[in-house]
Amino acid sequence: MKHFGKVMAAATLGTAMMAAPALAADEIVLGSAISLTGKYSTNGLHAKNGYDFAVQKINDAGGIEIDGKKYKLRVVYYDDESTPARGAQLAERLIQQDGVQYMLGPYSSGLTKAIAPVTEKYQIPMVEAEGASRSLFNKGYKYMFAVLSTSEQYLASAIDLAAEMAKKEGKEPSDVRVAMAFENDPFSLDVRAGVIADMEKYGMQNVIDDKLPRDLSDMSATLTKVKALKPDLLLVSGHSKGAATAARQIGEMGISVPMIAMTHCEAADVTGKFPDAANGLLCPTQWAETLSYSDPFFGTAAEYEAEFKQAYPEYAEKTVPYQTAQATAAVWVFKDAFERAGTLDKEALRDAIAATEISTFYGGIKFAPEGNNIAKPMVLRQVQDGKYNVVAPSDFASHQIEFPRP
Amino acid sequence: MWANIDILLQVPKLAAGLFLEGLLIGAVFALIAYGLALVWGVMNVKNLAQGPFVIAGGYVCWYLGGLGVHPVIGMFVSAVVMWGLSWVIYQAVVRQVLEMDMFVSLLATFGCAYVIEQGLSLMFTQDTQTIDLGWGSLDVFGDGLVLLAWQKIMAFFICCVLAVVLVWFMKKSRMGQAIRATAQNARAARVMGIDTDKVYRFTFCLNGAICGAAGALVAMIWVIQPFYGITYSIRAFVLVVAAGIGNLPGVIAAGLGMGSLEQFGGFILGAQYQQALVVGLLLVVLFFRLLQQSRKRQAVA
Repeated sequence: MKHFGKVMAAATLGTAMMAAPALAADEIVLGSAISLTGKYSTNGLHAKNGYDFAVQKINDAGGIEIDGKKYKLRVVYYDDESTPARGAQLAERLIQQDGVQYMLGPYSSGLTKAIAPVTEKYQIPMVEAEGASRSLFNKGYKYMFAVLSTSEQYLASAIDLAAEMAKKEGKEPSDVRVAMAFENDPFSLDVRAGVIADMEKYGMQNVIDDKLPRDLSDMSATLTKVKALKPDLLLVSGHSKGAATAARQIGEMGISVPMIAMTHCEAADVTGKFPDAANGLLCPTQWAETLSYSDPFFGTAAEYEAEFKQAYPEYAEKTVPYQTAQATAAVWVFKDAFERAGTLDKEALRDAIAATEISTFYGGIKFAPEGNNIAKPMVLRQVQDGKYNVVAPSDFASHQIEFPRP
Repeated sequence: MWANIDILLQVPKLAAGLFLEGLLIGAVFALIAYGLALVWGVMNVKNLAQGPFVIAGGYVCWYLGGLGVHPVIGMFVSAVVMWGLSWVIYQAVVRQVLEMDMFVSLLATFGCAYVIEQGLSLMFTQDTQTIDLGWGSLDVFGDGLVLLAWQKIMAFFICCVLAVVLVWFMKKSRMGQAIRATAQNARAARVMGIDTDKVYRFTFCLNGAICGAAGALVAMIWVIQPFYGITYSIRAFVLVVAAGIGNLPGVIAAGLGMGSLEQFGGFILGAQYQQALVVGLLLVVLFFRLLQQSRKRQAVA
């Protein structure tokens, strides 16, 4: 046992010495466990690119100025293999072994849920950009902040839009009949909860409320019901599998509903794969490059996109995903908070982050006491002639909605 | 629930539509389950990589489609490619664990499933992919009420043709006879001069080819993504267990029946009960069979 103690002491010392160079002077080190392999690796990489782009641009512009002194930013990454347990381990490692004092979030709500308890335990401020689940914001976390809109807002704007359209046609919003096909997973059930709350507000009728099992490859039973009941609004949420399956079968089965909204249109590439069926679909998104948001550092949303594409030519052929934009925004929150706090102390930094109130190319950022961003609405885009055009919120929209769906 | 039944009674055409959709869906699942039953029955290996095999087959066809190969031709190429991949997996993995405990082969094929999924993910990213032939739909009653996608109808007929060919092959060909002999009693087959190692390899590769073809059909009628394989593994297991191992025609019948049952369950009870219904039915079947067998044993005693 004595030997064991010595070995442990030596090991701890060794780790401390190894970690020491990581904290070189004039450098602020952020840590992140991110999915570079496994089922989230595509989106994990989008997020990492967003972080790296922001870090590069901030460093190129001189870095972060704290109390008259310039600091460069650096991010330490580990691959969490898209598994929550691994994510939690790596968060421990970043904090305990690498001495990281500030964290950027992982990709997905599941990973964020696994990592947040660790950052809370060590009181490490974490700004996350990729976890939208409601359940992240009712645990009383004090050190976690999210720049994105929470998941119950995803399709709620479609309900408002349906009510607006009903009024235009001289009907009551309570006449609107809604069909829902949501996957039976935490994300989609959050989306559903937001929709139900808004439907109750208007007194809308719920005619179909199907919950799709995760490993369901076919939606024809649900869509046959849609055909029989003729609702005014059809809502679908089931990640990219749900979106692709729904878009495909809506076309194949000749489903005609005046308004159809679904999540993950872009991820499923519905416009590329089912150009006819996709027309008129409403798709929520966290951010779009056509929005009229802007800030002095990144410029407008469109300028951000152009500059990002220059730095990462592999995105030249596609639109820059919102996962990337919000990752960039998370790094920006750190810069803003550091400069306002004027110190490297993590408690002071936490308070500065909590007091954030900025407009960015990604939208407004202001945190509720629970840590979620309350300044940015969810954006609704409609597929019009194969293009995603922003139709809501109307203040930032570039196009009018086509109603009923062609 | 009663309201939904009422709809079906008032508009029987919708019920007919559900039934037809169910048949078309069930055929593809039956084909995949057939391959699983083959490997299970002959080699006593429960191939947990069945679903990933299917998805890999889908990707082959999808990839060829991108190069300009017609998906129907791509399907045959996909079968050949998956035959080859299965050959490699058999030689490298399955062969080593054949004689070992059942648990080892479960783990080994589970590992293969992981490697295939991750490999596909690295090669093709995790975007969902699909093959759309743009064939449109068949308006069954001419009034737009029941539309069946032509691609699904085609997939159904391809499944039927493949099933007939397979059944004929197992009955008539020398290799088919050798496979059946090995399944009945491997030791006796060896004594009779059958090279069982060759039979096992052939069986495993045949299953790979079946998965390759089925995967191409899955990509044509639904969507594929590297991690969607588990759906097909589970369904295939349910079907094989329900039909009984070694009962190949039973697997096909169960596949078709289950497809329709699922459609009606989904319509009447909601999609959340669609699969619960199927698994519930499986329990009933197993329980019924247990009773049957205990009676048999008593009769013998």
